[in-house]
Amino acid sequence: MDSSKFSFSRIGRSKLSGDLIFEVVVGFFALGIIVLAFLLFRELFVGSSLSRDTFGTGFLATSTWDPVNEVFGALPFIFGTLVSSFLALIIAVPFSIGIAVYLSELAPEKLKYPLSFTIELLAAVPSVIIGLWGIFILAPFIRDYLAPPLSTYLGFLPLFQGPMYGLSMLTGGVILAIMIIPITSSISREVIMTVPTHQREAALALGATGWETTRIAVLPYARSGIFGAVILGFGRAIGETMAVTMVIGNSPRISESLFSPSYTMASVIANEFVEATSNLYISSLVEIGLLLLLISVIINIIARVLVWRLLKVEGGGRV
Amino acid sequence: MQNKITVEALNAWFGAKHVLKNINLCFQENRITAIIGPSGCGKSTFIRCLNRMHEVVPHAKISGTVLVDGRDIYENGTDPVDIRRCIGMVFQKPNPFPTMSIYDNVAAGLKLNGVKDKRILDKAVEESLKKAALWDEVKNDLNKSGVSLSGGQQQRLCIARALAVEPRIILFDEPCSALDPISTSKIEDLMIDLKEKYTLVIVTHNMQQAARVSDFTAFFLMGEMIEFGDTKQIFKNPKEKSTEDYITGRFG
Repeated sequence: MDSSKFSFSRIGRSKLSGDLIFEVVVGFFALGIIVLAFLLFRELFVGSSLSRDTFGTGFLATSTWDPVNEVFGALPFIFGTLVSSFLALIIAVPFSIGIAVYLSELAPEKLKYPLSFTIELLAAVPSVIIGLWGIFILAPFIRDYLAPPLSTYLGFLPLFQGPMYGLSMLTGGVILAIMIIPITSSISREVIMTVPTHQREAALALGATGWETTRIAVLPYARSGIFGAVILGFGRAIGETMAVTMVIGNSPRISESLFSPSYTMASVIANEFVEATSNLYISSLVEIGLLLLLISVIINIIARVLVWRLLKVEGGGRV
Repeated sequence: MQNKITVEALNAWFGAKHVLKNINLCFQENRITAIIGPSGCGKSTFIRCLNRMHEVVPHAKISGTVLVDGRDIYENGTDPVDIRRCIGMVFQKPNPFPTMSIYDNVAAGLKLNGVKDKRILDKAVEESLKKAALWDEVKNDLNKSGVSLSGGQQQRLCIARALAVEPRIILFDEPCSALDPISTSKIEDLMIDLKEKYTLVIVTHNMQQAARVSDFTAFFLMGEMIEFGDTKQIFKNPKEKSTEDYITGRFG
């Protein structure tokens, strides 16, 4: 009895001295992040007030970007960001789902680990390196080998008309696709791996082949999580700055053709902030930053909720 | 009475673990054969060998022959997919496809076989649900999700799904272990009805269930088949000591 009493009082004492300090310190760190996020948002909000007061909602709807005469409209950048990210999704989604299905359903054990490791490594390549590769390899490749057949066979579409100089919306979209494949495929793979074995066996026992099992049992079951993974990739594409700045051409215009250069919200901030001299110029760039933050926060929230809901239900509440 | 399935010298492994040791067993047509035994005795593995589901588990191996109507389902060149289309299976946990409606769940197997004609599908869905004694409960809700049903209804939905492709043999792997007693008795009645047309094999933990529904019983222990015989004889007058110990509840 004595020994149990002794250990009881020890727990009480250590709580007072060590645990309390520990709790306060880590709690401070955790709260700090929330405060930081709030300050960030406030800074963007305050910093953009001049631009918001001057242009109002017209800022979102006009496409003049004229630093000399101080007339600013963000539409070309919003357009460039959304279209390049959407293009990236169209390219990345089939690849990502294919990779995820292969890694979770088909790949031999020996290949699974090295392959998923390599794909996740791709996410660790610095964006500027991918950008350099984009300028020297990808842009000329697209200009010389991808654009000519596209304009020959699909040239009746406005999407593939006009001259192609390499740096373009199309190149930007392809670069973004390469950059989001790692996250989209690895989250899709995790989601697919949560599909219970009994679902696969239900299909197999009906006489489904491997592909049919994936089609009728695995993918439908995982669909909301895969959708979340795709949206998460979309969020990443929207915020990506360096590589896309290097290959998209940086020209604030709205063109139907994917061959013409474009500009994204992230790129214009990165390129022009240092040379922005007037208050209104700076404030307009800050407002673009605010818009970018809002769009990515909303998209990330949607994605997280979708993935989390599936993992929570199917992982027995562990996630 | 004819032997529908004949198992000869069947051995199965998971990796290096030898889980089924030289099993020889026959299943008669239009009869229910129960397989009983304590957990880990290999009874689920055994039933999964009868429709080539054992081999979908990584590192699973198998040897021996399983003759269905005289033809070896493990013969070289036999596609397991074809085998599984003729031998239905119902699992321990009800596993309807959650994103499909009740109708689509039942029609899933037929659609895999390429049936597209709506009238044929409608007819097959209705007949299968009737055979599975579920039609009256769901006939007005065919477009509802399969997982909106109760556990017992879901299991009957899975039985209907297996019946829709018109198998000759249906394997039940502990079909009632996740169900309440009322649902259990419905499934048991259903199995007795089904034996008129089908050959049934049921793995069960529940000895009363084996005694109630089956015509023949096999007792498995540690990967070996200890005793096989008429259900009445196995339960009233077992020949082997370990069978008697198990059914009187001395272990397992």
